[in-house]
Amino acid sequence: MAADDIRLAIGIRVADDIVRARQAGRDAARTLGFSLTDQTRLATAISEITRNALHYGGGGQCEIKGGQVAGERLIDVVVTDAGPGIPDVAKAMTPGFSTGNSLGMGLSGASKLVDSLSVDTRPGMTQVAMRMHRRVVG
Amino acid sequence: MRIPILRLGEILLAPIQSDITDEQAMQLQAEILKLLEITTARGVVLDISALDVVDSYMARILTDTARMARLMGGEVVISGMNPTVAIALIEMGRELINVATALNLEQAVDALKARLSSFDDHDGIATGRSVSHGG
Repeated sequence: MAADDIRLAIGIRVADDIVRARQAGRDAARTLGFSLTDQTRLATAISEITRNALHYGGGGQCEIKGGQVAGERLIDVVVTDAGPGIPDVAKAMTPGFSTGNSLGMGLSGASKLVDSLSVDTRPGMTQVAMRMHRRVVG
Repeated sequence: MRIPILRLGEILLAPIQSDITDEQAMQLQAEILKLLEITTARGVVLDISALDVVDSYMARILTDTARMARLMGGEVVISGMNPTVAIALIEMGRELINVATALNLEQAVDALKARLSSFDDHDGIATGRSVSHGG
């Protein structure tokens, strides 16, 4: 199997797309054999990050890639928007920090649910990359 | 899609039957508060057993709805949280603070009925309201 057994992209333009993205993430995680708890972790993290992209970034795209490589199941989610960027990422990662209407838990919350989360941001582009991986047992 | 709100005596039952959008969650909140105003219902059970994602936004709406209802003189119990949802919420550092919770719909209804009848024993004046505060 290759690392891109699953490859899909969901446009984030309206609130319904947040639901579509998190469900697609859950479906992908399920297909790849992630546990129910991991499916929920990933779906919840996607929900947080795509909502940020919609509310702060004016919308964007959520790409989900996954597969099995070298005895590991792996899923990568990249959420990109063309918004103003996050002025202070460290601050945005602080639990409870909010620049808007209660959305500040997004980044810090999501980072606790996945194995890694990185943020690349500047005026005109913000990209949040999340990864979850598990060793395949048996 | 509208979330149905059923009436069982003085209790409103709102079973959220599938993953809902932010707008649907806000609409449900408004409808619950409106029904507490215009009907004789005093308690609400929000059953979330079919919700497989409760992110920080949804957690906030659930908490706010319970607080708003309490401010009006009503009581909300949230029932049936899926175990994986509880795990994700706690790992994120989120909880439903000061919100009454129950394991399932039946226990939520029983708890609310007991709560509402205990209010009646005190001339309908609510003091120190709590059912089983989760989180």
